[in-house]
Amino acid sequence: MPGITREEVAHLARLARLELKPEELEHFAGQLDDIIGAVARVSEVADQDVPPTSHPLPLTNVMRADEVRPSLTPEQALSGAPAQEQQRFKVPQILGED
Amino acid sequence: MTDNVNIIKLTAAETAAKIASGELTAVQVTEAHLARIEAVDEKVHAFLHVDRAGALAQARAVDEKRERGEKLGPLAGVPLALKDIFTTEGIPTTVGSKILEGWIPPYDATLTKRLKAADVVILGKTNMDEFAMGSSTENSAYGPTGNPWDLTKIPGGSGGGSSAALASFQAPLAIGTDTGGSIRQPASVTGTVGVKPTYGAVSRYGMVAFSSSLDQGGPCARTVLDAALLHEVIAGHDPLDSTSIDAPVPPVVEAARNGSVDGMRVGVVKQFRGEGYQAGVIQRFDESVALLKELGAEIVELDCPSFDLALSAYYLIAPSECSSNLARFDGLRYGLRVGDDGTNSAEAVTSLTREAGFGPEVKRRIMLGTYALSSGYYDAYYGSAQKVRTLITRDFEKAFEQVDVIVSPTTPTTAFAIGERADDPMAMYLADLCTIPTNLAGNAAMSLPCGLAPEDNLPVGLQIIAPALKDDRLYKVGAAVEAAFVERWGHPLLEEAPSL
Amino acid sequence: MTTTTDLVSYEDALASYDPVMGLEVHVELGTKTKMFCGCSTELGAEPNSQTCPTCLGMPGALPVVNAIGIESAIKIGLALNCEIAEWCRFARKNYFYPDMPKNFQTSQYDEPIAFDGYLDVQLEDGETFRVQIERAHMEEDTGKSLHVGGATGRIHGASHSLLDYNRAGIPLIEIVTKPIEGAGARAPEVARAYVRELRELIKALGVSEARMEQGQMRCDVNLSLRPHGREKFGTRSETKNVNSLRSVERAARFEIQRHAAVLNGGGTIIQETRHFHEDTGSTTSGRVKEEAEDYRYFPEPDLVPIAPSRAWVEEIRSGLPELPLARRNRLLAEWGISAADMQSILNAGALDLILASIDAGADAASARKWWMGELARSANESGVPLDGLAITPEQVARVTELVSKGDLNDKLARQVIEGVLAGEGTPDEVVEKRGLKVVSDEGALTTAVEEAIAGNPGIADKIRGGKVAAAGALVGAVMKATRGQADAARVKELILEKLGVSEG
Ligand SMILES: [Mg+2]
Ligand SMILES: [Zn+2]
Repeated sequence: MPGITREEVAHLARLARLELKPEELEHFAGQLDDIIGAVARVSEVADQDVPPTSHPLPLTNVMRADEVRPSLTPEQALSGAPAQEQQRFKVPQILGED
Repeated sequence: MTDNVNIIKLTAAETAAKIASGELTAVQVTEAHLARIEAVDEKVHAFLHVDRAGALAQARAVDEKRERGEKLGPLAGVPLALKDIFTTEGIPTTVGSKILEGWIPPYDATLTKRLKAADVVILGKTNMDEFAMGSSTENSAYGPTGNPWDLTKIPGGSGGGSSAALASFQAPLAIGTDTGGSIRQPASVTGTVGVKPTYGAVSRYGMVAFSSSLDQGGPCARTVLDAALLHEVIAGHDPLDSTSIDAPVPPVVEAARNGSVDGMRVGVVKQFRGEGYQAGVIQRFDESVALLKELGAEIVELDCPSFDLALSAYYLIAPSECSSNLARFDGLRYGLRVGDDGTNSAEAVTSLTREAGFGPEVKRRIMLGTYALSSGYYDAYYGSAQKVRTLITRDFEKAFEQVDVIVSPTTPTTAFAIGERADDPMAMYLADLCTIPTNLAGNAAMSLPCGLAPEDNLPVGLQIIAPALKDDRLYKVGAAVEAAFVERWGHPLLEEAPSL
Repeated sequence: MTTTTDLVSYEDALASYDPVMGLEVHVELGTKTKMFCGCSTELGAEPNSQTCPTCLGMPGALPVVNAIGIESAIKIGLALNCEIAEWCRFARKNYFYPDMPKNFQTSQYDEPIAFDGYLDVQLEDGETFRVQIERAHMEEDTGKSLHVGGATGRIHGASHSLLDYNRAGIPLIEIVTKPIEGAGARAPEVARAYVRELRELIKALGVSEARMEQGQMRCDVNLSLRPHGREKFGTRSETKNVNSLRSVERAARFEIQRHAAVLNGGGTIIQETRHFHEDTGSTTSGRVKEEAEDYRYFPEPDLVPIAPSRAWVEEIRSGLPELPLARRNRLLAEWGISAADMQSILNAGALDLILASIDAGADAASARKWWMGELARSANESGVPLDGLAITPEQVARVTELVSKGDLNDKLARQVIEGVLAGEGTPDEVVEKRGLKVVSDEGALTTAVEEAIAGNPGIADKIRGGKVAAAGALVGAVMKATRGQADAARVKELILEKLGVSEG
């Protein structure tokens, strides 16, 4: 059974881009541990030869024709932007390349 | 002249008929509901946003249509409370979250469009657990909603605003979304009717995603027929939603008008009772089963062993999908932005925004989902949960070989007190014990009132579950049960709710 | 960046090590709309004017797959001799980046639409090398960022960035090779030939214009070295976005030399992303990440599986055009040219132009002659690609037509082409304006011939005496007199006729 550490929680928070406060790390470590402990029962079926279900309905091949539909206007697209410049979304400096 | 009190007590079907006949105008009806909202919503807090001007404009358009002699749709002019999870062009949409405070979408959800096209009058947007994560509406960033039966109790969640609006006569119709029970559980604890249609029946386009493979919008009302009328308006194929069913909508209104269980086989699942179920809930449920038998149904005991794993599978699948669906809230394109002081990087601003903008339950689920999907854990958690999903679907398939519908309590207890389970996520999650299997399998279910629990005089819900694409069965059975109960009680259950 | 990197000579590197390459090529499809929404993909639009709730990742918006995107992926898969999946899904690749509106990329993971294929590529000397294809899968492009406040638009040192999402959601096909082994010293050449062959293939299929300079086709070069005789691969570096054929070759070569220097010095290669610099031909290390990426892939719940029916796949297969290698082999035989000739045609980028001229009526030999001669020279001198010259294949065909009709001779034809290139108009307009027409007026020609005979009695006698070859001098005189506008063959005929001599 897992036993989620504070470090693991910190790692998850970085992956999820959450700047958690120290007390939150502590709190979540305990709660996640409880929840994971409770739901880990599902792995009882891990080795069963059962196909996974990712979609509740057995639909396939839903496609659309390659036809242009009206886009938003740039004003609409940018209407909720916290900051904009030159008809573009303005964001703080980006650190990394991909 | 009908006074406001009489107007707000009408069913949607009655309201529409009176508008169509000219006995009432849509503006009168809308004004009566706006007045009711004004009078009681300070106490209930069902609405996050009331669109007075928009509602009246829509109502006026309906009246003008009638004056021009145009044919009106079956719900034309009837007011509705819309869960704040559907985008509405020009009207704020927050999903109960700080991270979208003040966001005004530039587009309408398909469901919003359909409501408008059917001349349903949208009164405003209702409160909900943040991003539909919760069973009490306490997780709203904008404060909790009270249960009209007892304002110190929760109205259910996540769609507590919609169910409370119905139960407090602020609207005869409402829209909810159900990922693990968010339509049915609120209906159950407020003494109203709520339907989770078959997955894919109602378009998800413009419905802010929590867990894409589980989320389903649906009708909320005070009667089974009203729910059916609304169901017919909002359901149907949408080319903008790849998971939308491309088939005719089942004849739900016809079914609701012809309620009957005579000769039907009704299943009772062994797994839906036991520890954790309130005595009064079990009592009302057993009475409901007895009633069904009286009405001519054959009762069949069923064993669905995989249902015991449903809650666990749900709390892996839903958080996993939400951790990805909610990644887009990064403070860069819309909504809240925190920490943009000229020195912080985009990465830092995103982390600070998400930290400030999401509440604890949302963070908890994002973390849980991130964990379940991360390398090394995927197979044991997410992968296994999807296998459980297959097993649950198989259990349902086997069950529906023997029965036409399944019944159960909607939720194990009546409304609990606000604050009671606030920091005990596991206790909170138990509220959805009976509703979750249906979301995992994608079939249809309804909750309707079956009485008050003797110990606390709070509503108990009866859940009816039908196979996928057989939503009409819910209404056929629901209408029969409703009619029998109303006859037994002498009035609809909500008559017993305290006046606010 | 100015840090210098230790390198060993290419020959020394190859003496000790065996390079293993993996090439990942992203191709932007030429569909009218994006992969998951109906926004236009037209280039050059105003910023954020081709966006919608779906490609902006707005709350509530959902994707719907572009059918032509799927069809194009299948076409590419079939042309690469791949299996086409009977059932496959999209997946979400989760990572945060400002140019990606949803903060996940809708891509394919363990269920690509096409897998297990190969592509035969031809090296400079005509030798064929088979590159095994691992997979071709569908995904979507990101938006474009403009970095402001730093030096020359670089991300480094910028104060902020501006995002345009017009490109976000444009369909991409990612084609991944299996490890390319056994190319030895020719590895960089194989890399270049592979990308070129792939580009030709994509163009022939009509699924994209595959213009590398416009970013419609981008290549990542993964490279590792292992000592000769060892089975196990070394650690690889991933050089991202190498955007010309020449750069692909240079990047591979540079990495071979760099890896060898590190390994020779007893160091270890770190698995990292590297950036190629066009100006210096070198690569530099990308940002080192504190933690390994964990993309948390899972099946995209907003899209349903794709299960292309076998009938559809076969229909697509039967509609595939002739593929470039087969076409080249056929032309080689039809034209009776050598592999080396064909290679130089390819190197010059002349094949499509030659074929277009042939389609417009030119004979194959003339089309080849003009494009590979006069025009290639002109392109070279002015430093533009052949297809960038101010002359169309149709115009070249018209020139060859005028020559074959006898209206122009080669010398005049060259002047016509020069005029067209100089912007003087169509070939006919140039002929008209410059007065370039072969003199075919028999009277004028006869007069000129008589004058030439009269003016050169000695030569005329020699011809009468049977030295037919001497006629050349008289022909020259007539050509001079007519300022080159006479048909030389006809002039010779007339001279022999006048002098009563017949040719052999
Ligand atoms: Mg990729
Ligand atoms: Zn778009």
